[in-house]
Amino acid sequence: MQFKKFPFSMHVNLDDFIPATDAEKEYMVQMRPSSTFLKDGIKRLLKNKVATISFIIVVVIALASIFLPMFWPYSYDQMLGVTPGRPVDPSFNNLAPFTYGTTEQQWLEEGYSVFPHIFGTDSQGRDYFIRVVYGARISLAVGFFASIIVLIIGMTVGSIAGYIGGKVDIIIMRIVDIIYSLPDTLMVILLASVTKVALSEAIEGTIFARLGVNMISLFLVFGLLYWVSMSRLIRGQILSLREQEYVLAAKSAGAKPSRIIRKHLLPNCISVVIISTALQIPSAIFTESFLSFLGLGVNAPMPSLGSLASDALNGINSYSFRLLIPAIVIGLIVLSLNLFGDGLRDAFDPKLKN
Amino acid sequence: MNSRTLLYILKRIALAVLTVWIVITVTFFVTRAVPGGPFLGEKALSAEAEAALMAKYGLDKPVFEQYITYLKDIVTRLDFGPSLKNRGRTVIDIISDGMKVSVRLGLIAAACATVIGVVLGAVAALRRNKIIDKIIMVITTAFVSMPSFIMGALLLLLFSLKLNWVPANGAMEGGHILPVITLALYPAAYITRLTRSSMLDVLGQDYIRTARAKGVSSVKIIFGHALKNSLIPVITYLGPMLAYIVTGSLVVEQIFAVNGIGRAFVSSITDRDYPLIMGTTIVLATLIVIMNLVSDIMYKVVDPRITLE
Repeated sequence: MQFKKFPFSMHVNLDDFIPATDAEKEYMVQMRPSSTFLKDGIKRLLKNKVATISFIIVVVIALASIFLPMFWPYSYDQMLGVTPGRPVDPSFNNLAPFTYGTTEQQWLEEGYSVFPHIFGTDSQGRDYFIRVVYGARISLAVGFFASIIVLIIGMTVGSIAGYIGGKVDIIIMRIVDIIYSLPDTLMVILLASVTKVALSEAIEGTIFARLGVNMISLFLVFGLLYWVSMSRLIRGQILSLREQEYVLAAKSAGAKPSRIIRKHLLPNCISVVIISTALQIPSAIFTESFLSFLGLGVNAPMPSLGSLASDALNGINSYSFRLLIPAIVIGLIVLSLNLFGDGLRDAFDPKLKN
Repeated sequence: MNSRTLLYILKRIALAVLTVWIVITVTFFVTRAVPGGPFLGEKALSAEAEAALMAKYGLDKPVFEQYITYLKDIVTRLDFGPSLKNRGRTVIDIISDGMKVSVRLGLIAAACATVIGVVLGAVAALRRNKIIDKIIMVITTAFVSMPSFIMGALLLLLFSLKLNWVPANGAMEGGHILPVITLALYPAAYITRLTRSSMLDVLGQDYIRTARAKGVSSVKIIFGHALKNSLIPVITYLGPMLAYIVTGSLVVEQIFAVNGIGRAFVSSITDRDYPLIMGTTIVLATLIVIMNLVSDIMYKVVDPRITLE
């Protein structure tokens, strides 16, 4: 319908109101796949370069510490100078990086290849590289499992206190207050120094004996003392979540408290839980290295990064690289874990950032 | 100070007393788990010494009675018994000798950490996202990622063994410099981050904008309004900082051969000198509890806006 348009007419141009063609409609529609909470968070996390790089570093160190010892020609407790039926060969002790003991040099001259000692050997002739790798494995494992223990205990206690409330809550929170005000490091030292003696007979012959007494007491201490801040955190979350309408709906539909906690409340505070667990790992590694320095860490000959660094103090002037290497590795692990934890927090719970 | 504040303080003191009592109780009963009991140790003592110790602590008596005696001795006379490995010395003697050295180191470290932390934090906040802020944040992040004993060992290696600037032995002239730096690094880094974030928070407040709009000078805004208010969270960290310094001194004194209470404690662990372990744990724990108490109360008293439970 065309009619001549008067230049100053106020009539609308009807051409502007023709129904859109299918192609035009297609152009306007933007289809995005529906995004979940997890996908959103991961997307935000990947945008954070620092956190992504830290995560990659942690994963690389973790994978290396798991798989390298499997095919490395030396083991962490093998004293290279000691061969059965022969006197101990001291030329293997305190080797500098990429040097060889006397018998190894003979082999090299005869044309055989000898796997190099990348970081040299320690005072007892053990390959230092594999000890550092193994130490990283122990430190990471201690950090990881200690955090899991803290998580499980803290989550159980915190959610019970938060959900049931009333007298139960008051009693639990008083206990938490008291444990929280105990000086944890001193208690750790006390418990570790006593359990070291007291436990060694009790666990003899069981599966725990392989782990070593110090390791057990370390986990024991974490289970006893370190769960309180996690339980406080979760209680606070649950307290605000349980007033939500969907909890009321679940209740009126006849759901049991345990189901409400598991299915409704905990999944909603999962981000807080993950973040604080991730940040707990470096603190557990710190505690382990501190105890190792005091001689209360992992049992010899098993190495941890802390015990390697503290052993290196004896020859600090002549063999300073033996201090530097575990120091760098421990710094790298803790730094990356902290940065990754911060990234997780920013990605999954921006409200927590202060 | 109103009655609610007073009530809070009283409640807080009660919790602190309860905590100290629990520390003593836990220490006592945990060390009972040691084979032979804490006062006898592993090595055989002379018959008289053993009999004297037996009589002193009534090791033949029921455990609960021993506990009451131990508690009474501590409360009335600060008596933790004799040290097992340092013959002829009592635990409290060793502790008070060590304290004289450690308290001095700890207080210097705490003062340094607070001053440096507040200054760097304020600078970082005022120059937000500028290069100086980024440098400060990178350095502090690195410092909070290193266990104190490794930091101490690295400082020792660099400054006294390689560069030879300061003596490695803490007892020598200038020897306290490195231990103080080692102790102060972590708290200084932490306070820097704390001050920065709280200062940024305060700088975004309306009253800062009002002050600017009124034409108050920048110096007055920074020192009179912003810094004063952003120091409140730092007060809460003072207690934990001193606790960190106390436990940090355990390893730092060992590395730099400072004859303080930390070194006495560490050697008591390796020697299995249980009376000394118990005594030092109780004294240091009490110290930490008192410091946390003071910092908590100060926090509530300083800022009237904070609502009490």
